[in-house]
Amino acid sequence: MNKNMIITGLIIFVLAVLSPFWFNIITTIEAAPKPELLGNAKEEKKCVLEKYDMRANHPSLLDEWRDSVVRDSDRQYKAANGHTFEMSLSTGKNSCLGCHEDKAKFCDSCHTYASVDPYCWECHTNPKEIK
Amino acid sequence: MMEKSRRSFLRVAGIAAIGLGVSPAMNFASSDSNGAAVAVKGKNEQALIAKRWGMVIDTSKLNKEINEKMIEACHKAHNVPDFNHEVDKGKYPKTRPVNHKQEIKWIWEEHFPYAFPDKEDEFLAEKFHDLPFLVTCNHCKNAPCVQACPTKATFKREDGIVIMDFHRCIGCRFCMAACPYGSRSFNFRDPRPFIAETNPDFPTRSKGVVEKCNLCAERLSKGELPHCVEASEGAIVVGDLENPESEVRVILKEQYAIRRNEALGTEPSVYYIM
Ligand code: SF4
Ligand code: SF4
Repeated sequence: MNKNMIITGLIIFVLAVLSPFWFNIITTIEAAPKPELLGNAKEEKKCVLEKYDMRANHPSLLDEWRDSVVRDSDRQYKAANGHTFEMSLSTGKNSCLGCHEDKAKFCDSCHTYASVDPYCWECHTNPKEIK
Repeated sequence: MMEKSRRSFLRVAGIAAIGLGVSPAMNFASSDSNGAAVAVKGKNEQALIAKRWGMVIDTSKLNKEINEKMIEACHKAHNVPDFNHEVDKGKYPKTRPVNHKQEIKWIWEEHFPYAFPDKEDEFLAEKFHDLPFLVTCNHCKNAPCVQACPTKATFKREDGIVIMDFHRCIGCRFCMAACPYGSRSFNFRDPRPFIAETNPDFPTRSKGVVEKCNLCAERLSKGELPHCVEASEGAIVVGDLENPESEVRVILKEQYAIRRNEALGTEPSVYYIM
């Protein structure tokens, strides 16, 4: 009797603990959307960092840029690949959005997928959204 | 048998630990030695630089019209909200009614007794009494707002500009209490519905942060003079207070100029020629 109780208890426990895996087996996972390179970005083919580095580290890059611009008043970034960029998220042709013109397809698609909600856009403006 | 295997295990584990400890140094050395280019940050070539930025305002050249032009140029360029602006109800349907005490300003008109309370006197020349002075952040050399800010959101740049990192502002408003000139405004609400035409070249602010004049740091960095100076028809000059040859110093050598509330020891960098 006792033994049976323990074994059933254990089975239920194991099933419950592994529930995320069961959940993943029965639901289909949507593949992460690829950020789309459109307009300028498509032609340029040269970004600030390598693609994978950029994917992983763009938040810390932006953080570094912000400090550099606001604190040290350095606004030019000569990247390791020799190209020079304006350290700005959204102002001017040589900024992030200056090249990646479509914020919805470049930033938002991934952020939505990963359910991150960066508050950049509470202050920074998307030039395309201003009529 | 047992003992031997334990010993060899420890040996391997020890070597592995050394390897782990050394690997960051190795990585560092290898990334350094392969000569891969590193990114460099720097200023624009055209950037205007100074040891300590200052401003001289010629009060004889101020009048209502020019003042308004300067204020508009500054506020438009920096997306400063105007709470008299009719809100677009379609775009911002849930906008609360405005409280006009919560005004936001970077540069504004002030009458002499308020701008210079310590110099008020009953026989003051009428000319001064009625003149609309133009006031803004003084970019004080000894800025109390900088000392008050607990997050270093407000700080003094090397070139004397007292500037804010809006990202870091937690909205405690210590700086507003500390500034004796009322140069700072607080965003009690989202400013966006009250910006008639958003300038894409400058961010807006969000609810809960303080803002004030930044001496057009974004323009100086491109080699351009501040918006107010451009609109001032010669009433405002900016330059390097530490350089005896600069335009501001030349003017200050020849003409009598005062600063707001000098007795406080904040050492304002904005001078008014009387
Ligand atoms: S005028 Fe006020 S806000 Fe400007 S630097 Fe001086 S204390 Fe700070
Ligand atoms: S309100 Fe913002 S800028 Fe002012 S003291 Fe607090 S954190 Fe600093």
